[in-house]
Amino acid sequence: MAEASAVEIFARRHRLHPLEALPWLAAAAGFFVFPGYLALGGQILATILYAISADLVLGYAGIVTLGQAAFFGTGAYTAGVLAAHGWGEPISGLLAAALAAALVGYASGLLVLRSSGLGLLMQTLVVASLLAEAANKWNSVTGGADGLQGMVVWPIFGRFEFDLYGRTAYLYTLAVLFLGWVAARHIVHSPFGRSLTGIRENALRMPAIGAPVARRRLAVYTISAAFAGIAGGLIAQTTQFVGLDVMGLERSGSVLIMLIIGGVGELYGAFIGVPLYMIVQDRFAVADPVYWYFWIGLLMVLLVVFARGGVLGLVRALRARLRR
Amino acid sequence: MSDAALETRGLTKSFGALTVANAIDFRLERGARRALIGPNGAGKTSFVNLVTGALAPSAGRILLDGEDITHLEQARRVKRGLARTFQVSALFRRLSVLENVALAIAERDGFAADLFRPSGRYRRAIEEAFTLAAELGLAEDALRPVEELAYGRQRLTDIAVSLALAPKVLLLDEPAAGVPSSETGGLIEVIERLPADLSLLIIDHDMDLVFRLAQQVTVLVQGRILAEGPSAAIGEDPRVRAVYLGERWAR
Repeated sequence: MAEASAVEIFARRHRLHPLEALPWLAAAAGFFVFPGYLALGGQILATILYAISADLVLGYAGIVTLGQAAFFGTGAYTAGVLAAHGWGEPISGLLAAALAAALVGYASGLLVLRSSGLGLLMQTLVVASLLAEAANKWNSVTGGADGLQGMVVWPIFGRFEFDLYGRTAYLYTLAVLFLGWVAARHIVHSPFGRSLTGIRENALRMPAIGAPVARRRLAVYTISAAFAGIAGGLIAQTTQFVGLDVMGLERSGSVLIMLIIGGVGELYGAFIGVPLYMIVQDRFAVADPVYWYFWIGLLMVLLVVFARGGVLGLVRALRARLRR
Repeated sequence: MSDAALETRGLTKSFGALTVANAIDFRLERGARRALIGPNGAGKTSFVNLVTGALAPSAGRILLDGEDITHLEQARRVKRGLARTFQVSALFRRLSVLENVALAIAERDGFAADLFRPSGRYRRAIEEAFTLAAELGLAEDALRPVEELAYGRQRLTDIAVSLALAPKVLLLDEPAAGVPSSETGGLIEVIERLPADLSLLIIDHDMDLVFRLAQQVTVLVQGRILAEGPSAAIGEDPRVRAVYLGERWAR
């Protein structure tokens, strides 16, 4: 390969590809085509941001975690408690959610990131469980098992009221997701993001090229926590309710499933896996209210057996076969 | 000022009753081509791990360019100019050759923690990475994931990654291990062409390779230095022959 072309291809990897417009076109179309489903749509958009946060740690840095809900929940409670106690300004609420979640991410990361693999997995789970239990016990602030009631979220920029149909909520969530995507995309294409993939591929070689692995892992863990916190804050503000489930194990686990369905470590896995999972879940719950989880499980098994690498992996494999 | 690029004084490491390094006084002169040989279990890899900081010594000191690095962590020693390759290829397997080398350059030049500028804008670093890969004959494979390459080419990538750090001292841990003999020629040529001011320590037990590449040889047996000297003299040394012959006998 000639020097120019290899260097050129390498230097252009961060440029936008036309296909990257697809999720945004779909999201915009969704607004007009399914006006009756905007509430679900908004939840999907916020969950995509949450899945991006998980992809940063799991897909890029190779940190396997079962505690992402700790940060999602911290964000949700921060935005929720603010709005329930007289500060309903949504954008500063989200910033506070991001900051609180980042603090929790940094503090817990200092402790848990000392280990890796299964030990790390268990410790992230423990952190999330501890926080969930704290939220449960701290009744006076969080509302405990009854959930946080009485949130009043002010209009966005003082102008756009949250309406009954979820239109404002949908567009607000879409805008925040877009900004989050821009930031995440920037991060994964930066030298920092590339060094994360180095850590994922070979954490033992990284110190041998002079990389401070512990510091990088803590940095991405904190950044990812902030993203998750914003996602949690979005859900709290748009549903005007926070329940204990925001910190539950299911929320930590399901986001991994959604990522695996879409594809891990590609940023776009979240845009495919989350809608697929949540729409299928919604439809199955209507068609078979008792056993819908069974169908989700079956879908999961099929994906793992026939499409490792998720939908994106499947698409790549098909394209490679067509080219031959 | 001492003219040793790398020096250890009384370097000792014990795991309980097992002593893998026993008061090793070792010197690697500037620009040297030295080999560290010894039978299996002599403590060669432990020595490398102690010097690079993957293992903490029980006693003794390690000096790089006359400065004490005994208590520096691994990544800091790399920044001071100490690089190594690995006995079993330890690369970023699903990343391309170019990316492997570029990661090392980013660390060396200190922009690897940059969150804001796209990595593609570090044009000079990418060009340097490509030039280095091309010098080692990896131009064709620059954009291929390392895991798809033949093993000999993976070893070359390993060397390219270490060279990208612009080290003063390079430790090559069994560079030809596992490489089919058809590919060792190219590998040896690459090592022979390394810059003269780079101080090189080749850790191996393949005597042919050692005699071709090294002028000086240190023989390690049971965590101690058994003999040291010019390659030819070491080849004739009866003690060394006994160790190696003994080992061959046992096989």
